[in-house]
Amino acid sequence: MTFLYAAYAATWIIHITYLSTLVRRYKRLQREIEELQK
Amino acid sequence: MKRAFPIFAVLTALLLSYALYEALVAAPTEKTMGDVQRIFYYHVPSAWTAFLLFLINFVASVVYLIRRSHTADIVAVVTAEVGVVFCTVVLVTGPLWARPVWGIWWTWDVRLTSTLVLWLIYVSYLMLRRFSTSSQTPLLAAALAVFGALDVPLVYFSIWIFRSQHPQPVIGGGGSIDPRMLHILLLNWVAFLCFAALICWSRYRLERLRREVEETQALESLLEPRSLR
Repeated sequence: MTFLYAAYAATWIIHITYLSTLVRRYKRLQREIEELQK
Repeated sequence: MKRAFPIFAVLTALLLSYALYEALVAAPTEKTMGDVQRIFYYHVPSAWTAFLLFLINFVASVVYLIRRSHTADIVAVVTAEVGVVFCTVVLVTGPLWARPVWGIWWTWDVRLTSTLVLWLIYVSYLMLRRFSTSSQTPLLAAALAVFGALDVPLVYFSIWIFRSQHPQPVIGGGGSIDPRMLHILLLNWVAFLCFAALICWSRYRLERLRREVEETQALESLLEPRSLR
């Protein structure tokens, strides 16, 4: 069962990490847009 | 379209939760492997999703090479990136299944090695796109993607062509699978496909926005010296 839970947890850790990089990139872009609008 | 995204996101989350419940609780336990076989419900759909994304990347790259379409270029970047994420899941969940079943984490088997090579090809594709400053980068990346895509059928058909330690395919491989297991496997694939579509949708919007910002910044930098004169 340890390997099963490890595999499922690893899957979601990978996806959530990737999603958080997308959010970070989006926030950085928003900051750049705000600077351009000044 | 703005309303469709959150609705699709909620439906995908519900589908993923239901698929997770079916995989962990409702699916019958396999006789020889036991519960560890349930890793297949994440491992196999992730592999199919990665293959599909790399196939779309191949088509988009060919379209870019023919028409120099910016949309095709964006689709190629997005599918390669999301495909690498799903391929990473395959490479991580595979050894977690192999350790209790085979007794080893990894073997240089043709299916495993070709999957690792596939992952490395698309990681190098993303690194090329990330670090190259040449105006020819989309062209070079599209050419690399066309050659990289050749590895996808090699990975998929390797277990038919070569002797492999990897289990035979569940569909079309001559083996049999419990209809309930097959149903849950396909359910998980549909859930992962929806999830991949959702990520690709967000990433596509992000990439369009990034290019717009870069274009505006380039225009501003061109206009600034004139305003100083």
